[in-house]
Amino acid sequence: MKTRLNSIFFRTLAFAGIVFIAGSCGSSTQAPATEEAPVAEVITDTKAPSNSKGVGNYTDVKLGEIDAAKADLGKAVFVTKCTTCHKLTDEKFVGPGLSGITKRRTPEWILNMVTNPELMIKSDPLAKKLFEEILSPMANQNISDEEARNILEYLRQNDSK
Amino acid sequence: MKKARFFLVSAVLFALLAGTLSSCKPKKVGGLISGDAAQKVYVAPGELDEFYLFTSGGFNGQLAVYGLPSGRMLKNIPVFSQDPMSGWGYTEETKPMLNTSFGYIPWDDSHHPELSKTNGEDDGRWIFINGNNTPRIARIDLTTFRTAEIIELPNVGGNHASPFCTENTEYVVGNSRFSLPLAGKDDVPINSYEENFKGAATFIKVDPTNGEMSIAFQIIVPGFNYDLAHAGKGVSKDWMFFTTYNSEQAHSLLEVNASQNDKDFVMAVNWKKAEEMIAQGKGKKIPARYMHNKYDENSHSATSTEENEVTIIMAEDMPGLIYYMPCPKSPHGCDVTPDGRYIAASGKLAATIPVFSFEKMLKAIENKAFEGQVATIPVLKYEEVLAGEVPQTGLGPLHTEFDDKGFAYTSFFVSSEIVKWDVEKRVVVDRAPTYYSIGHLCVPGGDSKKPSGKYVIALNKITKDRYLPTGPELTQSAQLFDISGEKMTLLLDFPTIGEPHYAQAIPAEKIIKNSKKFYKIEDNTNPFVAKSEAEAKVVRNGNRVDVYMIAIRSHLNPDNIEGIRVGDEVYFHITNLEQDWDVPHGFAVKGARNSELLVMPGETQTLKWNPDRPGMFPFYCTDFCSALHQEMQGYARVSPAGSNVPLTFSGGANAAE
Repeated sequence: MKTRLNSIFFRTLAFAGIVFIAGSCGSSTQAPATEEAPVAEVITDTKAPSNSKGVGNYTDVKLGEIDAAKADLGKAVFVTKCTTCHKLTDEKFVGPGLSGITKRRTPEWILNMVTNPELMIKSDPLAKKLFEEILSPMANQNISDEEARNILEYLRQNDSK
Repeated sequence: MKKARFFLVSAVLFALLAGTLSSCKPKKVGGLISGDAAQKVYVAPGELDEFYLFTSGGFNGQLAVYGLPSGRMLKNIPVFSQDPMSGWGYTEETKPMLNTSFGYIPWDDSHHPELSKTNGEDDGRWIFINGNNTPRIARIDLTTFRTAEIIELPNVGGNHASPFCTENTEYVVGNSRFSLPLAGKDDVPINSYEENFKGAATFIKVDPTNGEMSIAFQIIVPGFNYDLAHAGKGVSKDWMFFTTYNSEQAHSLLEVNASQNDKDFVMAVNWKKAEEMIAQGKGKKIPARYMHNKYDENSHSATSTEENEVTIIMAEDMPGLIYYMPCPKSPHGCDVTPDGRYIAASGKLAATIPVFSFEKMLKAIENKAFEGQVATIPVLKYEEVLAGEVPQTGLGPLHTEFDDKGFAYTSFFVSSEIVKWDVEKRVVVDRAPTYYSIGHLCVPGGDSKKPSGKYVIALNKITKDRYLPTGPELTQSAQLFDISGEKMTLLLDFPTIGEPHYAQAIPAEKIIKNSKKFYKIEDNTNPFVAKSEAEAKVVRNGNRVDVYMIAIRSHLNPDNIEGIRVGDEVYFHITNLEQDWDVPHGFAVKGARNSELLVMPGETQTLKWNPDRPGMFPFYCTDFCSALHQEMQGYARVSPAGSNVPLTFSGGANAAE
């Protein structure tokens, strides 16, 4: 309701010709803020290692020893929600093969991609490039933070073999 | 034309300003809204409506959902009728929902949506709707907008006075528009109507935790035509009021023969007392066969259970349970004011609206102010229960709803208008023409204790020249009026699906917050679910072939199946593995003689297929899901009966390993 009233308000203003009020809002000449990364990186090889943390809630993740119990929990979620598109080898299925993923990507990037793929595809240059290659967007499988962390552990375990 | 120009100008100006102004939130907007109708119904692209409007589909048997004030249609919920678009009534999981004691029935006539109530207010949990023809009541879950339950009503003919609910949804009711002899005693001459035909005021208990319905009792009442009902509220909350016509007890040419008496009745039922009588064991169990169908949200499957008896009480043997209030000329609507003090009933053939006083009714009962009786049921004296009549209203009053300022809005079918009147003073204060032939009308919350005073919606039967012609059959329509001022102002006409027989509206915020986005795959208990790619398989058991297939953007697995034979019974169980909002997948196979499937994220649905010829049969996703949707396909090879082709299946590189 609020949003609807707002639009009526704006249009009413427009009709009344009180356009100068817009100036009092401060940011009237600025482009609307976006979650766009500030520098447009050019990604040419999506398989190359990257230090990017991606875009999203994860900015600083500390890793310890691989936790086998967590990896087991991660496997269960992975089988249901990820294997439709990803293999653990380097073979591309619908999405990229995930062998070596934890060596190529930061834990933050992986967790951001798993939990919020829409934002990553929109705002992270590497995720964007992957989408351009694959065309099917990575599905948001509504994976919780805990589940995502367990999946990361499972992927680390896979890469340690 | 003028309107179109307005939209164009406003859209351009809005577009120019929206970007620059988006950070500027006005604090007060009310005073700036002009009287312009277009502005009041314009919901800009990307913005949301303020109310949900649920309109019955009448003879289409469904329930349609619109946004207000825009009148934009959002969804058509399949209820009593098959829906090939979603597979409702075609899939193995949903077929039991349309089962009845007469077998599978793909259609009904749905009339009155009724929102569930808590403390007399619409609570947004469920919406009930009646099926007239094969008497049923359905409950739709408003977290999923899906029909969750359908219960059949025995001993009822034409379940029209239904499914209105009590103040805390303790009960929803049904009653016979066509009185009938009781089941098992119904092979009698039609002209024994007076002796043998009865109504059945049916009280269906609603479980407050999960909404599940069960028939608590039926009160067997004299054989009239029971038309509409409404529960009391507040002071009158223990009572349910039904209108009746045909107190003449005609059984032929009712058009003439049921219009003889000067007055018919409003029947007042003390349901609280009935509840006590049942608790005291005064009810009698009689055989009655009816079906009770439930849809389980975890197994994504329905079950249909046969019930074999019902508890009845005979109204004439239970003094104090029921009273008749005389009401002029074939009353139709029966509507209780938000405070529960008055009951407005509308005689279809009358020119005035009688308003009954609940307080006077109790007094008349106490003083035994009776003018006669029907069977042993007392008929109260009209003058003793009447608060007053609203004079000079119009022609053919039908239904009344209320606002939050003490006004009532009554629809007039014959004179095609809405009349606004003052409940306490009982005088007409405004009238507005409708286009054309209004039936029911709806004020958001208008039958509850807390109506909104913003809009009234007219539900019209005839549109003639209001829309582009579409051959002999024209759309029916709804019209939105602003009732926030003294005068009703027409804002918008919009066409509807089927007959918008009755509608209820509710603030969107009461529903949005509980709206489900997808079904959790972990919770899926369908026996044929495939919870991951690894569980995809094809299993033969005799001539039955079960295909456990998964769907995710943008493939099906398995997508190559061989070894099916002519004469097999093939079940495609499709599980949508997506776990995100708004990503259903469809499924169709060439030559399937039922429908497609539309499978929600996390859900499993099953299409049965009887291949009747050898050949190569493509199947594919029907709901455009991604850039590679057109790649989401597969083949089923059907070999002749008795063929030796082994049963094999695969799904891309994954299954080839």
